[in-house]
Amino acid sequence: MDEFIIANRRFRSRLMVGTGKFSSNEAMLEAMVASGSDIVTVALRRVDIDNPQDYMLKHIDRERYLLLPNTSGARDAEEAIRLARLARAAGCEPWIKLEVTPDPYYLLPDPIETYKAAQILIKDGFTVLPYINADPILAKHLQEIGCATVMPLGAPIGTNKGVKTRDNIAIIIEQARVPVVVDAGLGAPSHAAEAMEMGADAVLVNTALAVSPNPRLMAAAFKKGVEAGREAFLAGLGKKRKLAEASSPLTGFLREVK
Amino acid sequence: MQIFLNGQSKDIAAALTLEGLLNTLKLETAHVAVELNQEIITKSAFSATSLKAGDKVEVVHFVGGG
Repeated sequence: MDEFIIANRRFRSRLMVGTGKFSSNEAMLEAMVASGSDIVTVALRRVDIDNPQDYMLKHIDRERYLLLPNTSGARDAEEAIRLARLARAAGCEPWIKLEVTPDPYYLLPDPIETYKAAQILIKDGFTVLPYINADPILAKHLQEIGCATVMPLGAPIGTNKGVKTRDNIAIIIEQARVPVVVDAGLGAPSHAAEAMEMGADAVLVNTALAVSPNPRLMAAAFKKGVEAGREAFLAGLGKKRKLAEASSPLTGFLREVK
Repeated sequence: MQIFLNGQSKDIAAALTLEGLLNTLKLETAHVAVELNQEIITKSAFSATSLKAGDKVEVVHFVGGG
């Protein structure tokens, strides 16, 4: 039985989805359903007092989906910790996608502030899922202090470039004792399949779904990509070879009688 | 009296509670988190927390995000 477990909790789907950047709530919800995901990320922002919008979360079945708030917007550990605690106060389970991204151009996660925040949030009872660059040593440190997963990026958020950090992610997967979720930069189902074929435990996708002209269909495609990649990994991929090796028998050829 | 709400100054009735404030804004307490002067206030304390002049209130909720 291929089980996907984070912090002693079982999930069926290895595709996590983000809810940002969709053109409408309807598009987001359709994509979410089509993805088959069990875990869905959200952000925390000020309520627009003058313009109260339809509250997005009303439409998400909290029995069916685990809401995973992120600390997007945090530029340092203090802001991330504040956001995590606010998310908990807003009524979420104490799971947090820890995201500390001070640089607005590449949105790369700050390793030092992420580590500092993780230490404090773990002590405060949170289940911490840290978003990191594909740094195997950082991944080890975060696991040692008790993070529930590590979430290395494939490429910067929203770039759709794919698994550009492949070699380092392979090292992280080899050395990990917690689930590895490749998060960010995955632009196509083939990218998600690639991550899963490498042995990643799950992937997280947002932009590729949200910016597609057909988010629902793209989400369905990603679902298949993740399943295909996982099954291929479990089945065992053939080794790459330099020389050809025939697929058909080497004896019994039809030849001229000499 | 004047308070600060989500970074903007706002006039409210004296001694309004957090619950009262959310009601006037038509926000459901179930969906938000509130900070008063940089301290998170639990939902159960909303009705018991009265606002004073100059208080800084932050009201946040979940939105789409990656």
